[in-house]
Amino acid sequence: MNAIEILFWLLSALAIISAMMVLLSKNPVHSVLWLIAVFFAISGHYILLNAQFLAIVNIIVYAGAIMVLFLFVIMLMNLNKESEPKRNFWRILIGIISGGSLLMILVSLIRQATEINNKNALMESGNIGLIKTLGKLLFSDYVVPFEISSVLFLSAMVGAVVIGKKE
Amino acid sequence: MFSLEGITNFIHEWLNSHLSAIFALLAEFVLVGVAAIGLFAFLGLVLVWMERKVAAVMQLRLGPNRLGPKGIFQTSADTLKLIMKEALTPDNADKLLFNLAPFVVIIVAMLILAPISFAKNFQIWDINIGVLYVTAISSLSVIGVLMAGWSSGNKYSLLGAMRSGAQIVSYELSAGLSILTIIVLTGSLKISDIVASQENGWWIFKGHIPAIIAFVIFIIASTAETNRAPFDLAEAESELTAGFHTEYGGMKFALFFLAEYINIFIVCAIGATLFLGGWMPFHIGHWVAFNHIMDYIPSSFWFFGKTGFLIFLIMWFRWTFPRLRIDQLLNLEWKYLLPISMFNLLLMSVMAIMGWYF
Repeated sequence: MNAIEILFWLLSALAIISAMMVLLSKNPVHSVLWLIAVFFAISGHYILLNAQFLAIVNIIVYAGAIMVLFLFVIMLMNLNKESEPKRNFWRILIGIISGGSLLMILVSLIRQATEINNKNALMESGNIGLIKTLGKLLFSDYVVPFEISSVLFLSAMVGAVVIGKKE
Repeated sequence: MFSLEGITNFIHEWLNSHLSAIFALLAEFVLVGVAAIGLFAFLGLVLVWMERKVAAVMQLRLGPNRLGPKGIFQTSADTLKLIMKEALTPDNADKLLFNLAPFVVIIVAMLILAPISFAKNFQIWDINIGVLYVTAISSLSVIGVLMAGWSSGNKYSLLGAMRSGAQIVSYELSAGLSILTIIVLTGSLKISDIVASQENGWWIFKGHIPAIIAFVIFIIASTAETNRAPFDLAEAESELTAGFHTEYGGMKFALFFLAEYINIFIVCAIGATLFLGGWMPFHIGHWVAFNHIMDYIPSSFWFFGKTGFLIFLIMWFRWTFPRLRIDQLLNLEWKYLLPISMFNLLLMSVMAIMGWYF
């Protein structure tokens, strides 16, 4: 086993354990913090694939922005063990059925995707996740959707400022 | 001539001639870690002393003057006192998160150190998205602050953490946009490329007015991001006792304190790299003799000199401006700094396309 394989297994174990802890921990704040750990592990995978830009964007958007928003809301709500709703039998049954069906669909999708069978991931050498490749692709093949979504973001930002200005 | 590059090359060759490749790499990792911790300790001691001296000069006082020449050993004594103190964990606190939070904050500060170029060819990791890496990692320090505030089980701590979080998240936007303004000119996110592009003049001179506007916005936003006065609402003593670190004492408090000064150093280092040319010496057009004299000053001196100047500027703010209210603080960002920096970015893009810069 070389260093990259060891790192891969470590990161995968970290990602899976943290994802389990998101569900298992009783305290919602702990869940959010474990979710941040999941995003870190996934960013580590991106770096192993030589997709440094994706890794950093993953950290900025998910760990830095969305999760901070989650933390804000959950910390202010002051959720305690007493305020947690009681779990009854039906609720657990519905959860198991819906979660199980999702798992079944995902497993069957992966089994049907024959083109990823027996393929190795490009480690260190791929350049798909680098900023130059992504930028060229975004401004040539996908320029219309990219521009439309950027206008959407800009208008959201301007909207926030306008709402703030109206006293 | 003194150069850090020579020292690192010597160590690298010596290790590789005496050890196998993997052990040499591991030994270099350990050396880098030790050097980073050493730099942290040194910065903590010097910057705290510097802050107290600057404050004293601004207020016509003497400042620390008992221990050592000009009181230079005062912070060492204070650190010793903090180490000796008992580490308390309040009954109401979430024990694990409470004890973890100071380490999260300090580790985040340590991670940002990686792409900073301290001198010519003296850098830990020259990642090809260096500037983005810095903005991404610095946005994580808010998680440590929120953890500390929430896990203390104290309403003042929680309020302080919330304020600090809102402040960091919103000022990150204009800091990021002002960094982007310079990226438009350099065309690369790599720190070494950014420094190399300033060989014939720093961007603050070459980029005309938009670069100066971006510099001012960057300084304001980074002062706010490091929770320094006049934006230190997170620890406004008169309202919130001490903000998110109210419940901390001893060494755990010292780690928060240290992280604050490390963060100041880092934002100033980034500012110096982007706007003031990093380790590049000061050159004037065709004055060959003058430029040669400037080249004789080692590059590390230039870097630390520029960073030190920016740190002094930020300390100067603290004793000049009164603290803002929370609504004024958010208004300043969302109604003024953000629109200005967006138009500034647009202006800079036009300038870059037309080639209106040196």
